[in-house]
Amino acid sequence: MKNLDPQLVWAFAGVLGLLALSSLIGLLLKFAITKPEAQATISNLNARIGAWWIMSAIFALTLVIGPIGSLVLFGLMSFLALREYVTLLPTRRADHRTLFWAFFIFTPLQYFLIGIQWYGMFAILIPVFAFLFVPARLAIAGDTESFLQRASTIQWGLMVCIYCLSYTPALLMLNIPGYGRPAKLMLYLVLVDQLSDVLQYVWGKMLGRHKIAPVVSPNKTWEGFVGGVFSATALGTALWWMTPFRPLVAAAVSLTITLMGFAGGLTMSAIKRDRGVKDYGTLIKGHGGILDRMDSMCFAAPIFFHIVRYFYAR
Amino acid sequence: MRAHPLAGIIAGAARLISGVNVRWVDSEPDARQTVYFANHTSHLDFVVLWSSLPAEIRARTRPVAAQDYWEKGLRRAIAVNVFRAVLVARHQAAQEGLAASGNPQQAIEHMVEAMGSDNSLILFPEGTRGTGEEVAAFKSGLYYLWQRKPGLRLVPAYLNNLNRILPKGEFLPVPFISRLTFGPPLTVAADEAKPAFLGRARDALCRLKDR
Repeated sequence: MKNLDPQLVWAFAGVLGLLALSSLIGLLLKFAITKPEAQATISNLNARIGAWWIMSAIFALTLVIGPIGSLVLFGLMSFLALREYVTLLPTRRADHRTLFWAFFIFTPLQYFLIGIQWYGMFAILIPVFAFLFVPARLAIAGDTESFLQRASTIQWGLMVCIYCLSYTPALLMLNIPGYGRPAKLMLYLVLVDQLSDVLQYVWGKMLGRHKIAPVVSPNKTWEGFVGGVFSATALGTALWWMTPFRPLVAAAVSLTITLMGFAGGLTMSAIKRDRGVKDYGTLIKGHGGILDRMDSMCFAAPIFFHIVRYFYAR
Repeated sequence: MRAHPLAGIIAGAARLISGVNVRWVDSEPDARQTVYFANHTSHLDFVVLWSSLPAEIRARTRPVAAQDYWEKGLRRAIAVNVFRAVLVARHQAAQEGLAASGNPQQAIEHMVEAMGSDNSLILFPEGTRGTGEEVAAFKSGLYYLWQRKPGLRLVPAYLNNLNRILPKGEFLPVPFISRLTFGPPLTVAADEAKPAFLGRARDALCRLKDR
């Protein structure tokens, strides 16, 4: 239980309170609003809240277990995200063995490198080694049809689903003088990023009128975006005490997380629209797939990591 | 009757690798004697289909497999001992340069016998694994079996993406997410000629692809 420092416990208590409050609101809405056209939205909302309880419990548990717990959790999420991604994209018979490498060699290796704290190799395994390996292996397989498109599809999947997502537990590698264990920092990133998603959804449902990119993501509105970004930034600022940042810095960092998260959500939506689907998967009830939930993290985590590493880590 | 313990473990592993999403479209599981017929692209096909049936149906459902391929060694041990596969001689085995034995009529009798009064079968009427792009023309077995046992329920089951997970000629799987769609039983049309019946059965299967 050495991972349970008081600040972490406070943050957990806050999440618990938030979940209880959401469940209460969800329940009230269910009974208060009887309009048939609102029923689908409310039952989806309640499914989402139910899934949040489970996701929060799993995340909290792995955080308490320690680095191994977080590495296994995020490694598994990367694996499942890559699975959703490649299932959606056109691949050919000749891609088979390259994909096997992506799933069973590069994915575990990336998380293993975090586990042994080899930062130098963690940072280049996929952008350098896998980047070159993928097209070479495809060339050996001998099928030249849409070659560059197939190679970049796999490279892109590795970068987003494995490399970018692995930056979240990579925070545990950082040594920040006077701060203690960086588990709190990981929780902070996840909290601000995911709350930003939730708050954009809530503001959008309440006030959303003007669509930002109707073709790419019909549910994203300016009202949701502005409301979500500002309220999540406010929350991130209010949580400055669990970070190594001063309050004003916490505000700037939170704003960066929310903006990157928004960019991630939009980008991953563009891929879905191109492939003609609404969700990447069905694993998380009410939310869709792993990649539907983690799209914002994929973009926010690497930037957050490098800000902290450059300015705070030793 | 209970399934072999190893069958449960292999089926569990197959479900995990294939991430299979099972849907019953205008159809539901039924314990009555049934022939499930599916498109064939991968060695995982029958395990995934078998494992997607409810436990009580699963225990009484046997796959039909090609004798020339599954007869020897470890393959036989898994097919026959674990999954109680019904091995039949393939009509086209001779064309592929393999020893063909028996005649089609004998194969049908063998299936009927294996069904007894309460077993169901899993059948791949294409006769061999395809690439996954097109469902090949059906072999005659399904028709003769239906003639031999009138009133038999014939349920189409379309397997999506199994060819991407473990294509012909590969031994390591890539974990794509797959989908299995069961359709409604074929309706009976008395006195239907063989080509019409087989065409109709194939259409019923292909319709499930995008449902």
